[in-house]
Amino acid sequence: MRFNGSETYVATDDLNLAVNASITLTRPLLIKGEPGTGKTKLAEEVARALGMPLYEWHIKSTTKAQQGLYEYDAVSRLRDSQLGDPKVQDISNYIVRGTLWQAFTADQPVVLLIDEIDKADIEFPNDLLRELDRMEFYVYETKELVRARHRPVVFITSNNEKELPDAFLRRCFFHYIRFPDKETMEKIVAVHFPDIKKTLLREALEAFFEVREVPGLKKKPSTSELLDWLKLLLAEDISPEALRSSDRRTIIPPLHGALLKNEQDVHLFERLVFMSRQAR
Amino acid sequence: MLAGFFLKLKEHKIPVSINEYLILIEGMKKHVISPSIEDFYFFSRTALVKDEANFDRFDLAFGEFFKGVESIVGEAFDVPLEWLRKQAELTLTEEERAKIEALGGWDKLMEELKKRLEEQKGRHQGGSRWIGTAGTSPFGAYGYNPEGVRIGQKESRQRRAVKVWDAREYRNLDGATELGTRNIKVALRRLRRFAREGAPDELDLDNTIDRTARNAGWLDLQMRPERHNAVKVLLFLDIGGSMDDHVKLAEELFTAAKSEFKHLEYFYFHNCLYDYVWKDNRRRHTERIRTWDILHKYGHDYKLVFVGDATMSPYEILQPGGSIEYNNDETGVVWIRRMLEVYRKAAWLNPEPQELWAYRQSISIIRGLMSDRMYPTTIEGLENAMRALVK
Repeated sequence: MRFNGSETYVATDDLNLAVNASITLTRPLLIKGEPGTGKTKLAEEVARALGMPLYEWHIKSTTKAQQGLYEYDAVSRLRDSQLGDPKVQDISNYIVRGTLWQAFTADQPVVLLIDEIDKADIEFPNDLLRELDRMEFYVYETKELVRARHRPVVFITSNNEKELPDAFLRRCFFHYIRFPDKETMEKIVAVHFPDIKKTLLREALEAFFEVREVPGLKKKPSTSELLDWLKLLLAEDISPEALRSSDRRTIIPPLHGALLKNEQDVHLFERLVFMSRQAR
Repeated sequence: MLAGFFLKLKEHKIPVSINEYLILIEGMKKHVISPSIEDFYFFSRTALVKDEANFDRFDLAFGEFFKGVESIVGEAFDVPLEWLRKQAELTLTEEERAKIEALGGWDKLMEELKKRLEEQKGRHQGGSRWIGTAGTSPFGAYGYNPEGVRIGQKESRQRRAVKVWDAREYRNLDGATELGTRNIKVALRRLRRFAREGAPDELDLDNTIDRTARNAGWLDLQMRPERHNAVKVLLFLDIGGSMDDHVKLAEELFTAAKSEFKHLEYFYFHNCLYDYVWKDNRRRHTERIRTWDILHKYGHDYKLVFVGDATMSPYEILQPGGSIEYNNDETGVVWIRRMLEVYRKAAWLNPEPQELWAYRQSISIIRGLMSDRMYPTTIEGLENAMRALVK
């Protein structure tokens, strides 16, 4: 069981190594990186490449650790007891299994994705220490110990909105997805748009990396934005010449709205272009 | 060997634990990686370093520890000439330098070296015949290879790895701050006070059981609002001037506070509090808020927190018209007292080091005004401040 990227996902050597290490040693892999560098996508691709089912747990600010394990539906049970339903005798009828439970009890090894763990309450990771370390937890209502039949391959993504506690980090492997360099970027684009014209790609990539270098941008455009932009360029059938000019700084790339998602960034960019035009 | 590496990381203040070290060894035993130094670099980084802010320190420690170990691993790397030259200049004595000069200077020597390298590559394709072993090559004689650095063939795949940690691409991410936002948040949690407010959307089990029993067993569901952090905070931030040195810290504190408290109102002031404050620093001259309005608008159950270095001329606090921005009718003292009368729970956080407080007159004055409730912005200071606020 080794992961080496896939037809639709270009993984660098160090990322492959981190993924394979975490698979072999069955440790959760914590992935950080700029938004849009394919953190969530990685879990999907690994699951597909290794032919394992994927269980996703998307974290919100209101998510509690317990919800990933199970929830006890006391209200239904109370209601049923009023109606004299025989189901009521067995408490396990009212235990709703969470994503973690499902992943632990699956018949085959699975990939478990805990997405955007930094969105939750600051104590959230601490509540999952034992679950992720020993891959087991205790159900108090039924006095039952749920233990993973096969330790799942766990991916955890974070956008760095909150710092994670040390005790949690100790139990994970860590990989920081760097923003791809031009070479890797070309590979990534080739995977998504196999028949894009070479000239268009070259011009677009140059324009893209120049936009990224504009100082003071609030949100630099990332891989996913580049892919969106290329899709638009192709759909609108924009010629490579439109992206080219003798002095590149004096043109605003067409459809730049796909690259810059922030009003202030667009203003900043237009102002810079305007200034350099005047300077000529 | 690995224990030494582990200690080296500790030495570089990278937070690693025995547990992680054992995982590293387990990984080596299970042959997670091929026996190459590049793979080991990536694997050990994945297993030991959990924050990209520490990557740069890791690169440094790794480079330091594995300098000269390449020969043990059995492969070598290409040394950039620039680097070699720098090293040599550092270690050569005057006498030796003179000798090199006599041979035609550094540039010529380097050229000769390059030629020699190419020659050797031609003769032993893919082999690893080193230049620079003592005595056999003129280059070795000068001993400019003091730490056993080898020069290898160009195709060596190790070259990339060396570049990885020597390039130190994560330098920008190293943000060692005394007070990370997580620490601040944990400290701020002391201020939490939960109360149930708002729409009832949570089942109150105890009450339901009680009411159901009273209802002769007929189910009577009781709901209650969810618990929220009900603490209310007024945050006044000093901005500009001498506070520029503390901008990062103030930002972190603010970010942490904003996510931690639902009822947080923040205002900016400059040096000392007078009749006006503002909410948007860019529009501070047009969109001011009267301090009176704040006193009238926010109830006395708000807790008052000032963040400022309190470093200014004493006149700015004690004299009418002392403000450096405009002519204030009433002194800063009057305004601060007024605030403290309404908001009895108050604290002043001062980013200046505590040792300096005694030497600055303005700090002593403000501290007196706050009846000693001034705290340094360290974890301990912050915790003390929060404790004082809930007392």
